[in-house]
Amino acid sequence: MAFAGRFLSLAGLLATTPAIAAGPPVKVGVLQSLTGTMAISEVTVKNAELLAIAEINAKGGVLGRQIQAVVEDGASDPATFAQKAGKLIQQGGVVTVFGGWTSASRKAMLPVFQRNASLLWYPVQFEGNECSPNIIYTGAQPNQQIVPALTWATAKGHKKYFLIGSDYVFPRTANLILKKRIAAGKMTVAGEDYVPLGGTEFSAVIAKLRAAKPDIVFSTLNGDSNVAFFKQMAAAGLTSAKLPVMSFSIAEQEAQAMGPALVNGSYAVWNYFQSIQTPENKAFVAAYKAKFGAKAAITDPMVHGYVNVWLWKAAVEKAGSFDPARVRKAAVTLAAIPSPMGPVKLAPNQSLVQRAYVGQLQPDGQFKIVSQSPGMIAPEPYDALAFPGKSCKPA
Amino acid sequence: MDPALLLGQIFNGFSVGSLYLLAALGLALSFGLMRVINMAHGEMLMLGGYLAWGTLQVVSGPWGIIVALPVAFIGAAIFGAILHTALIARLSARPLDTLLATWGVSLVLQQAARSLFGAIGVEVTAPAWLDGAVAIGGASLPYARLFILGVAALVLGGLALLLARSRIGLLVRAVNQDRMMAAATGIDVNRIDLIVFSLGTGIAGLAGVVLALLGPVTPTVGQSYIVPAFLVVVMGGLGSITGTVAAALILGLVVALSQLAVDVSLAQVILLVFVILFIQVRPQGVVASRSRSLDA
Repeated sequence: MAFAGRFLSLAGLLATTPAIAAGPPVKVGVLQSLTGTMAISEVTVKNAELLAIAEINAKGGVLGRQIQAVVEDGASDPATFAQKAGKLIQQGGVVTVFGGWTSASRKAMLPVFQRNASLLWYPVQFEGNECSPNIIYTGAQPNQQIVPALTWATAKGHKKYFLIGSDYVFPRTANLILKKRIAAGKMTVAGEDYVPLGGTEFSAVIAKLRAAKPDIVFSTLNGDSNVAFFKQMAAAGLTSAKLPVMSFSIAEQEAQAMGPALVNGSYAVWNYFQSIQTPENKAFVAAYKAKFGAKAAITDPMVHGYVNVWLWKAAVEKAGSFDPARVRKAAVTLAAIPSPMGPVKLAPNQSLVQRAYVGQLQPDGQFKIVSQSPGMIAPEPYDALAFPGKSCKPA
Repeated sequence: MDPALLLGQIFNGFSVGSLYLLAALGLALSFGLMRVINMAHGEMLMLGGYLAWGTLQVVSGPWGIIVALPVAFIGAAIFGAILHTALIARLSARPLDTLLATWGVSLVLQQAARSLFGAIGVEVTAPAWLDGAVAIGGASLPYARLFILGVAALVLGGLALLLARSRIGLLVRAVNQDRMMAAATGIDVNRIDLIVFSLGTGIAGLAGVVLALLGPVTPTVGQSYIVPAFLVVVMGGLGSITGTVAAALILGLVVALSQLAVDVSLAQVILLVFVILFIQVRPQGVVASRSRSLDA
């Protein structure tokens, strides 16, 4: 391994860069679910993180050192995430970890990172309500995804909302925020239901949907459950033309795996869509496809994972150190860096300042951007209506 | 209470019950005859799902799913025969070891599916003639679920006929009643075990096909149905087919009707509590099995 690492760093050096190799490769952890119910979404986040690492290595690495990724499988199981995070930090000797998807996995890893004074870069939209100094949260906070979705739906004239989610912390908290805001907007919640994570039986949910006759469904279902939900909706004749569905966990890749015909016409809110037309995004999409196949779909969490690695590099270079505490302090003072989702920077609460887009799925599996937030949205981990008086104190 | 919703949930109860039944029949058969608890039974469902997907790759068009049913049945039955011959028959005197060994097989099969088809799973698209629903009294009954009910009824009818009328069925009943006496009269008991076990895994294969109409086929698809299947077998009265049918329908209705009041997640809790209470009151199950093989 050591030999291979030295060889790689030498190759990287010869290939492109004037920087001087200042030591052996520096190890970083990549911890996503490569197996289990979440694998449908997380394998490609791992790919995107590895792509960023490869690109940085090709340009000479960080502080003149090549990055060596240590990949571990969280296996869709929070306890495994915690255990693998500990293994990466204590035995793997990694300086930071990129990974996690479900909030349960993040909550399980949080104490591990705090205990070891290490740093986790978390790439997925989540329910907020948390700000650990040992985690950088770049996925959307509620006010960067859920709230813009409701704002858009309200503007479209939808008044009756049905909330369906997988049964864990993100859907429960997201729906709490939604219910507060729906009530504040003098609209109604037609129903609320939860299925176990990975659950595939939706007959009762669909019966309740038919009885409640909502204007729109807000779905926080995760993983395989989405396939079953849309399949059974289609079988019951509830197409997106009759009953629009706004999903918070379906991006291009899930749409591709489910078959775009199944989810055609449904909505999503993300901070990134593959269809964004910028030179940075086109270059990123081309690079990803060159490495992982022309059929690959690119999603918001993948881009957040990719951006995380670049943000870490910029922070390390600003701090002049791999020490997590110094990297963290440097990260929140970085100037905006260009990315496939536009220029991004971290707020003092260690979350990302970013835009929200509303997209509608097209038959080719891509989203047509139908609306976007007027400007960049500063991240708010605590929703003002659902959790009044609480806020993150920058550490 | 909205009558249409109630009617719909009663139908959904039967629908869920039919899925539980298809998943549980094989377990009930092999437990009744051999007292073998096959922990890899869920993976027979998975195998059926992947066979359905494979069949649809070859036979596309509206009737692919009909072709997939016998393919999955035979494929899963052959796999069951191999599993029985290679493993279970060799451990027949050590029931606890079969539990552990079949659990190992279950893990191996899940990982094999992951390696062969990817962790993400594959998608079986329901044919156009199964899209849509029939409306009765304000409730909507999807064709796909009616089709599954039909498959479950056919399997059950076929199984009842086989056990009651055929020579094989006679032998199965004989072994079921008294294994040693049956062996003494010259019945090849091991062959009967093999046939029943393969039949059970074959039915699980069929269950895998119909599950693919409702959800994705993933390496872990069997896992979400194996627990309800065990509950059905336990509640039905170990090894009784009539009891299995009754238990599957009761549990399907308990889940569906409790969902009128609570969410899907909590309905699973109610299901478990219901089974625990039921077993307290009636430990022998819905139908008490009086087979001598169970008296020992």
